[in-house]
This record gives sequence, C-alpha cells and structure tokens, in this order.
Amino acid sequence: MNLRLLIPLIAISALLGLLFIGLGMNSRDLPSPLVGKPAPAFQLEALEDAEHILTEQDFIGEVALVNVWATWCSTCRAEKPLLMELAAGGIPIHAFNYRDERDAALRYLSVSDNPYQVIAYDPRGDAGIDWGVYATPETYVLDAEGVIRYKRIGPLNRQLLLDEVLPLVEKLRDEQRRNEARRVAQS
Amino acid sequence: MKRSLFLSLLGLPLWLAAGLAMALAIGQPIEFESEAQKRQYDTLVRELRCTVCQSETIHESNAELAADMRRRVYDMTLAGHDADAIVDFMVQRYGDYVRYRPPLQANTALLWASPFLLLLIGGVAWWRMIVGRKRMPQRPEFTQQERETLQRLRSGD
Repeated sequence: MNLRLLIPLIAISALLGLLFIGLGMNSRDLPSPLVGKPAPAFQLEALEDAEHILTEQDFIGEVALVNVWATWCSTCRAEKPLLMELAAGGIPIHAFNYRDERDAALRYLSVSDNPYQVIAYDPRGDAGIDWGVYATPETYVLDAEGVIRYKRIGPLNRQLLLDEVLPLVEKLRDEQRRNEARRVAQS
Repeated sequence: MKRSLFLSLLGLPLWLAAGLAMALAIGQPIEFESEAQKRQYDTLVRELRCTVCQSETIHESNAELAADMRRRVYDMTLAGHDADAIVDFMVQRYGDYVRYRPPLQANTALLWASPFLLLLIGGVAWWRMIVGRKRMPQRPEFTQQERETLQRLRSGD
C-alpha cells in the first residue's frame, strides 16, 4: 500500500487506541501512595464510648482489615454482608466511622449486624485525611506490624475478596508466623 | 421585646461561629495572622485537586473532602508549615494526582514533553511537505515535435 495513505491510518489508529484505553481506565483507581507505609497515627474517640480514646495501635497486632463507613453511605450498607462473612471467618475488621453522627451510627449498628471489633469515630474526617480517604466505603489491609498492604477505594465484592483480599490475608498471616518463629528462635 | 433582644444577643456568637464554619466550607477568605499565610493558603487551594470531583481544585469544589482538605491546608498554614510541606503532605496521602500541576518526573516526562514532541513532529512534516513540493517535477519542456505541432495550430493550418 502507498506509504502516504498508511501514515494517517497509523496515526488515527494510535489516537483511537489511546482514547479507547482512556475510556476503559477508571480514574478512581488511583494507586494509594500509602500502600507499604505504616498505618498513619490518629487519636479518636471510640464510637461506642466517647471517653475511650483509640489510636492506630488499637488496629495493629494481627493481620486485619480497616473499613471506612458511614450511615449515609448506601454502598457501605450493601457491602456489610460481605464484611459479616469475613468477620465470621475469623478476619478481624476495624473501622472508621467517617463524617457521621454518633447517634445515627450507634442506632444503625444496634438494629443490624456489626462486623467491627474496634470502631474509631471520625466525624470531621481528621483521620480520614491522614489515611488518604477519598470516599466511603474504603478498605485497607494491615499486616501484623501495622503496615498498610492494600487499599480498595469503593465497595468490596466477592470476586475481589477471592482474587485479592483473601490471598493477601493468607500471605500476610504466613509472614506473621514466620516472623514470630524467627523471633522465638533468636531469643 | 427584651426577651427577643436577649435571644438575639445569645444567638450572635453562634451565628458568627456558623459564619466562620461556612467561610471555611466554601473557601471564602478567612482569618490569617499574616499576609504571607493568606497568600500561601490562596495559592495552595488553587493548586490542589479535589480527588473526589477530580476536575476541580479544592478551592472550587463543594465536596466534603475538599472542605476537609481546605481546613487541613488552613491549619497547617497557621501552624507554620510552608507550601512545599503541605503539598508533600497531600501527595503522601493522595498521590501526585492531587497536584493540579504534575511535577516533572519519570512517569510524567511524556506528559510534559508531548507538546514539544507534537510541535517537532508537525514541524518535520511541514518541512518535508515544502521540500517535497519544491522537488515536484517542473512542467517539462516541450519536445521538438510538440513545438512544431503548436506552431502549426497557431498558424491555423
């Protein structure tokens, strides 16, 4: 074929290709710069008890999920049955109650399931900014040392759990066991 | 009458507090200790992207996250952090995407270079076209036979 005709053809296909990739990309799927970093520090009241002050240490100690939720977030509600399954399966889930009202949150948890072990109350989104929260729901996976190893913006779903979250939890628990064994051997 | 005056007096500080909260929420000028702080705040809220709404700065955006981010910029400015420190803080949490002006680094080099690359490609194409046009075969000379034919036609034979 004539080269003169081929060049515009190549140029247009390249442009169309780029546009097509751009369409397929989800601009919310931003990699979190926090992955690989220790859980950011915070000091917040516990949702259930304003006298009780929680810090990031309350989330740390074993491989755990941290879920950011609010009562005004319908996606969070939709996501909760999955969290219940995880909790029932022995995976600790902690939470930030994000930009919510304490009464509303407590009432919500009293009439429905509560998959959470520790809930930090963050009505102003203070910890939210430190944890790089965009929107609810969000879920983090912390390893036993408290390093953020995974972040999901948006609701979890079964496929994600099977493909990403559960294998990671498994792997991190292995890591934890190895580290503990090493520590015992060294002492 | 007295009672309503009392009530409105009582309400005044509340009203003022609400006003300040509103000002923070919609990015209106708020109180600073110095002109430099105000300038820093004003610049930063126009350089940071609201990561929820994505095509807006946190100055323009009405999203709650943008309000949180403005408040954090304000607090950090008052606490004496400089602009770089505040931008770093946001980048560490939200990634480079939070900056409206992407920094020049490995993964954005193509983005920064693309206007110049396009200009270069266009320039080369244009130059080649000009040269090509010059090289195009000129109108060929008439051959002897053609000239004779023309001559004949002109003289009306």
